[in-house]
Amino acid sequence: MMALALDLLSWIFLLAGAAFLLIGAIGVLRFPDFYTRLHAVSVCDTMGAGLVLIGLMLQGGLSLVTVKLLLIFYFMMFTCPTAVHALAQAALQGKLKPVVDDRES
Amino acid sequence: MFITVSAVILVAIAIGLVRAFRGPTLYDRVMAANMIGTLTVLMVAVLGFMTGRPEFLDIALVYVLISFVSTIAVLRVVNTSNDTTEDSKQ
Amino acid sequence: MEHFIDIVLLGLLMITGFAIVRLRSLLAVTMLTSIYSLLSAALFVVLDAVDVALTEAAIGAGISTILMLATIAQTTDREKVPRHTPLLPLIVVITTGAALIYGTLDMPHYGDPDAPVHRHMAAAYLHDTPLEIGVPNVVTSVLASYRGYDTLGEVTVIFTAGIGVLALLGYHTRRQNIQPPGIKKIVVLRVIAKLFLPLILLFALYILFHGDYGPGGGFQAGVIFATGFILYALAFGLGNAQRLIPQRLLHGLAAAGVLIYAAVGIEGMLLGGKFLEYRVLADDPVTGQHLGIMLIELGVGITVAAVMLIIYFGFVSRQNSGDS
Repeated sequence: MMALALDLLSWIFLLAGAAFLLIGAIGVLRFPDFYTRLHAVSVCDTMGAGLVLIGLMLQGGLSLVTVKLLLIFYFMMFTCPTAVHALAQAALQGKLKPVVDDRES
Repeated sequence: MFITVSAVILVAIAIGLVRAFRGPTLYDRVMAANMIGTLTVLMVAVLGFMTGRPEFLDIALVYVLISFVSTIAVLRVVNTSNDTTEDSKQ
Repeated sequence: MEHFIDIVLLGLLMITGFAIVRLRSLLAVTMLTSIYSLLSAALFVVLDAVDVALTEAAIGAGISTILMLATIAQTTDREKVPRHTPLLPLIVVITTGAALIYGTLDMPHYGDPDAPVHRHMAAAYLHDTPLEIGVPNVVTSVLASYRGYDTLGEVTVIFTAGIGVLALLGYHTRRQNIQPPGIKKIVVLRVIAKLFLPLILLFALYILFHGDYGPGGGFQAGVIFATGFILYALAFGLGNAQRLIPQRLLHGLAAAGVLIYAAVGIEGMLLGGKFLEYRVLADDPVTGQHLGIMLIELGVGITVAAVMLIIYFGFVSRQNSGDS
């Protein structure tokens, strides 16, 4: 019973993570501007990757595998937002202007 | 349902590649490379579970660190490039 | 199911290859090459070759991209348009390719267990490794013990490459700290670099010594070790990084690794065996093999890390130095 509940919970996390990955990818494809696309990538990196990794951790149970997955999760939570931040800073310093909507006033 | 997750990851990689080819500015391509790096980490982790070999997680750990350093290294060079034609930045 | 993943990954690789050929901006091509390496590494994982995938990830997506970028930063980053039509080369390539494919039709199928290459030596190594060496990772046992002389040659080649870069490019030390010309100081990056440098170095040591039991070994560990210091150099500036690791130390370490390897071999001779025979290093042959493998992997890791850093500092310190 407990195993079944854990299995079900891990599938829910995995499928939710996959859904976020797809949402982020579609955003990368269709957003109009570099900075908005960067936003979509960060959705992929944090929500998508985080939920998939939590789902895999629930599959692994209490073992070395879960410890390694925890390490991957920890590294990803630190490095992915930093990379996105550095990309945005570099684009600003490279004088890439964001697309601004001038319709109102 | 590992198959579903890996299929979704492959679709996301393909979309990232489209952005890498199309992306009008260079920063789009760097961003696409970073995204594909993260997706490859997830792909390797899911593949490890699918084939029952947890040794693959070492590879995933290495990828996370390497793709991060590689993205930062590109940014350092991109802003000093002398390329002025319009394919590159704007 | 794995066939499906294979086909999709190979298709993506092909598309990336086409794009690499067609694009003219070399920076974009470098990013696409890094993507190519990542996809190949995923393909190797599907093919169950974990050591190769680890090496491809660490070297192809990491250090190779970084060094190519350092090179492009010093030369032009726009490919010149070729002026001749590629018709004759295309005919030659197609003819040669067709001849090669025709030649492979007679060979046994890929991965066939009855092929001669899988029956003699491979079966012998798989049979002997648990008895003589006792490590689960057969790739490490073949690389470090059965074909240890070959690996000594590889380490010497890497050392020679380091010497070549030193001879051609020199090594300019920055006394004052020049800001990296690309991105200006990014505070978040500095904090994260400081936080992650010890983790990366520790992880490199783990890969080095865990290479007997999982994927890993000396080469991958050396590259990851160098990548940690490259991250520091990217975040804090080249001058700070060169103050962190002085030039003489790098030269000494590069040579020390090869010396450790050769010394293990000579020690085997001094204890009564042949060159690079690990069985005589301890009382028990299996313990001797373990000790020998550990020492030579350490030597390989030290040399690879030092040479990668020499090459990186050699390339990058030439920017703004005024002499070329």
